[in-house]
Amino acid sequence: MKEKIEREVVIPGEVLAKGEEYLPGEGTMKKGKEIISIRYGLLEESNKLIKVIPLSGVYEPRRGNVVIGKVEDITYYGWVIDIDAPENAFLPLQEVPKHLPKTNIGDILDIGDMIIAKINGVTKRGIDLTIKMRGLGKIEEGIIMKINPSRVPRVIGKEGSMINLIKRESGCNIIVGQNGLIWIKGKSVEDELLVKKIINFIAERSFVNGLTEEVENFFKSERK
Amino acid sequence: METKKFKRVDGREPEEIREMRAEVGVVPNADGSALFAFGDTIAIAAVYGPRKMHPQHEKDPEEGTLRCNYNMISFSVAERVKPGVSRRSLEISKITEWALRPVLLIKKYPNMVIDVYINIIQANASTRCAGINAAALALAHAGIPMKGLVSSISIGKIDKQLVVDVIKEEEDWEEGEGATDIPITMTQDGEITHIQLDGKISKEDLKKALELARKATQKVYEVQKKALKESLRG
Repeated sequence: MKEKIEREVVIPGEVLAKGEEYLPGEGTMKKGKEIISIRYGLLEESNKLIKVIPLSGVYEPRRGNVVIGKVEDITYYGWVIDIDAPENAFLPLQEVPKHLPKTNIGDILDIGDMIIAKINGVTKRGIDLTIKMRGLGKIEEGIIMKINPSRVPRVIGKEGSMINLIKRESGCNIIVGQNGLIWIKGKSVEDELLVKKIINFIAERSFVNGLTEEVENFFKSERK
Repeated sequence: METKKFKRVDGREPEEIREMRAEVGVVPNADGSALFAFGDTIAIAAVYGPRKMHPQHEKDPEEGTLRCNYNMISFSVAERVKPGVSRRSLEISKITEWALRPVLLIKKYPNMVIDVYINIIQANASTRCAGINAAALALAHAGIPMKGLVSSISIGKIDKQLVVDVIKEEEDWEEGEGATDIPITMTQDGEITHIQLDGKISKEDLKKALELARKATQKVYEVQKKALKESLRG
């Protein structure tokens, strides 16, 4: 199999551009008249804006991200959730939909439960979550897998093209957390494992061009 | 003065570095990892984080912390190293931190720590230099923001001759003026982030040693760069 690499791999300290007409974007820094990379990643240039898309790194939480996490602790005011970020997130009691029974906090979410949540805000004190939206809440069934968070955009694809392709081909319901955790629910375990295999396939080749066709071929060969 | 050519124990030229080997992604469970070798001195570095600082009282609310841990595996040298922390390993851990810290841009990670574990799996002198080179690669591989890489090399003075990349036999040299060992770490612009000196050396010779180090670290940098750039092509 021949793999093409379109974008250039850059390393920290590498000079990306010289001159005043270029603008330093994410993952870059200005040093004198030069723009240098501060991350190990792929070079991207559009309209004189130079960016480096990192290939690795831990998840950096942002407001509005949908993430998958695990209940780590229960307090009087809510739950402490591990979302695989450097800091734990907090899900306050108020952020739970009203229709759930409020007899015992542990009945709603217990330690070890997995949830799909949205980040409500990132402050100096910590990360706040909410599950007051459709599609969010406790995960009851299916499988969960983990990939590097920097590969998430590739798994989703441009405007969801990749993930929609996988959903259509496999008939599985998939939610990709921005923190790299992915929930898969299909009709059978075989379907779910197939999706897991494909997502790992994409994550390993996230720098390759024409990945969508490759994934289509992958499905064809698997279906035989 | 006689102009007889200086002969090194292993037949190398005075400015010749042992064969270097670098590879990234050698520890699958780490956030970033690398191997760096000078001949039979082999170092493996693994980076974890940024993650929560433990113990909590060591937290720095102003910026991220770099924490290095240098360890020589007990079978790395002919005579078994007693496992565990020693005065020497503690010193080298600290030195490695200081050598790497100036290039890291970790203001964005307050209260967090980046852990670097360096293991020397086989040693023939210059282990701290191999360790720093591996750690710099592993930090880049882990996606930590950095101004650039650092490259490290040991310069030695064997009797009156300056040599690059010292080996054990040269380190233990006793004839003439004996041996002086100078590990130096530089950024790619030639700024010094770390220098140590064990022995005696004149001002003039030290200047020459720095010049040698500048040239040698460029060669080390090329090897590091190649390792990072080619790791994706598999």
